[in-house]
Amino acid sequence: MSAALLQIRIIREHSQMVSLLLSPLSYSFMQRGMAAAILVGILCSIVGCYVVLRSMAFLGDAVAHAILPGVAIAYLLNSSLTTGALIAAILVALGIGILTRQGNIKEDTAIGILFTAALALGVALISTIRTYAMDLSHILFGNILGVTQGDLWLTAALSVVVLGAIVILYRPFLIISFDPILAATLRLRISLLNNLLMILLAITIVIALQTVGIGLVAAMLVTPPATAFLLTRRLVPMMFLSAMIGVFSSVAGLYFSFYWNIASGAAIVLTATLVFVLVFLFAPHRGLIWQKIQKRSAL
Amino acid sequence: MSNPGDSAIEHPARLDINHVSAGYGNIQILKELTFQVPHGGQVAVVGPNGAGKSTLFRVLVGLLPLKRGNIFIHGLPLGHHQDCVAYVPQRGDVDWKFPVTVRDVVMMGRYGKIGWMSRPSKQDQEIVAESIHQLGISKFINKPIGELSGGQQQRVFLARAIAQQPHILLMDEPFTGVDIGTQETALNLLEELHKQGVTVMVSTHDLNMAAERFKLVLLLNRTMIAFGPPSDVLTPEKIRTAFGGKVLFINGAVVVDECCPPADQDNSGA
Repeated sequence: MSAALLQIRIIREHSQMVSLLLSPLSYSFMQRGMAAAILVGILCSIVGCYVVLRSMAFLGDAVAHAILPGVAIAYLLNSSLTTGALIAAILVALGIGILTRQGNIKEDTAIGILFTAALALGVALISTIRTYAMDLSHILFGNILGVTQGDLWLTAALSVVVLGAIVILYRPFLIISFDPILAATLRLRISLLNNLLMILLAITIVIALQTVGIGLVAAMLVTPPATAFLLTRRLVPMMFLSAMIGVFSSVAGLYFSFYWNIASGAAIVLTATLVFVLVFLFAPHRGLIWQKIQKRSAL
Repeated sequence: MSNPGDSAIEHPARLDINHVSAGYGNIQILKELTFQVPHGGQVAVVGPNGAGKSTLFRVLVGLLPLKRGNIFIHGLPLGHHQDCVAYVPQRGDVDWKFPVTVRDVVMMGRYGKIGWMSRPSKQDQEIVAESIHQLGISKFINKPIGELSGGQQQRVFLARAIAQQPHILLMDEPFTGVDIGTQETALNLLEELHKQGVTVMVSTHDLNMAAERFKLVLLLNRTMIAFGPPSDVLTPEKIRTAFGGKVLFINGAVVVDECCPPADQDNSGA
């Protein structure tokens, strides 16, 4: 069914729309998937504001890929995959900081070395497992419909921790991101705060793995904040708008995934991308078309 | 006006720099710097690109550790004071696309006093409004910093430095690439700060301004070439030592030829 036809049907029959939206939720796996998607949408979009403003997109992508060996080791040891992923993510995030600290290696080079090494280690470990292809695809592309009740509780608890830290440390994070020199004159513990932000990023990425997988986490971290950036002029409104875009993309993406039978992670990311493109074209002041019109009227 | 030597007797030196060496990694940029700035002194820091002007400032705010030597502020070693040094960054070092308004940036100057979580007090609000007013940018208070002109942007950071109520103010190239009006505002501000006893160090390329508007000049090229009143420091011989062949003397005016500056080492390591 094309989007246009779907739309006409929605307008014609309100009751049908309600059932269209509600019927997927009669499945408990969809309820859990929806809850997870909303939490991930909020968390990624808010933490992602710092990723966008501090130009850490490559870093986020790298941490996501570097999680693989942690997941593989946890799988081989038969322990919690999420815990394994969390440990690997934090180690890699801090490792990049250590490699770049003495200044001989540039950050993007350090990231390139560490994340490919970790990814290779992960693939090597997973290739020793017999059901290799199946498990790997879940890790790479997410498996939102396989979210368990336990996963959901862990996701909720970690979300509260991360968002709490973002709220409490709002001013220190703002200052180390915008003006490290002011941070130094205020005697903020800059490297401690940077490491903390890296750990929050690592936790966020691990949570997002369930819905969009390693391959697409970076999109959830970057696309909604970049969209919000085009529409706002202050950090707090940017965070709120980004979270709204993230939630909308996650929920809408999940419905598209349900009705059109496409992979949920891909559907969510494509929805977020569509929102971005629309805003990029039509945003007041900063949109492409607005600027074209302004230029023409100036002539 | 009294000369700096007199006020040094009344008050202990605000800024005391002894045999300081610093740099990034294994690269040493500053070697064996020793000088004292008296209470309320205003120093122009002059030297070619890569001379270590920004590096010196980064050392003074505690962003870069010392390799050797020590620095005393009010007789106490660096790091014992919270928030008494304010820094106005070079325009090129600021991310102008960051989503903050003029008021947000100036309010950051108060964060040291407000703390992490509490709301700004009425007094903080007043100090911020007064600083913004003093720099003549009240019209733009709710504008994002990216939408301002170069001179207005420079004024935002000057306003923030004032709001910080510092004892020592460091300004990195505040006169480069801004309009005459902003230059005048900044220079008037320096006079105001002098009356308040704030110690100021300003890095600049402009030797003539250093000679005309400052009572103390630090001539720097990795190591200290000279420090003192401009008449002693800015002699053709010493300027030539600092700038090498890049300086011309035309009818008594000094022209520094930096049309093709080398990669600025001050910034590359930061």
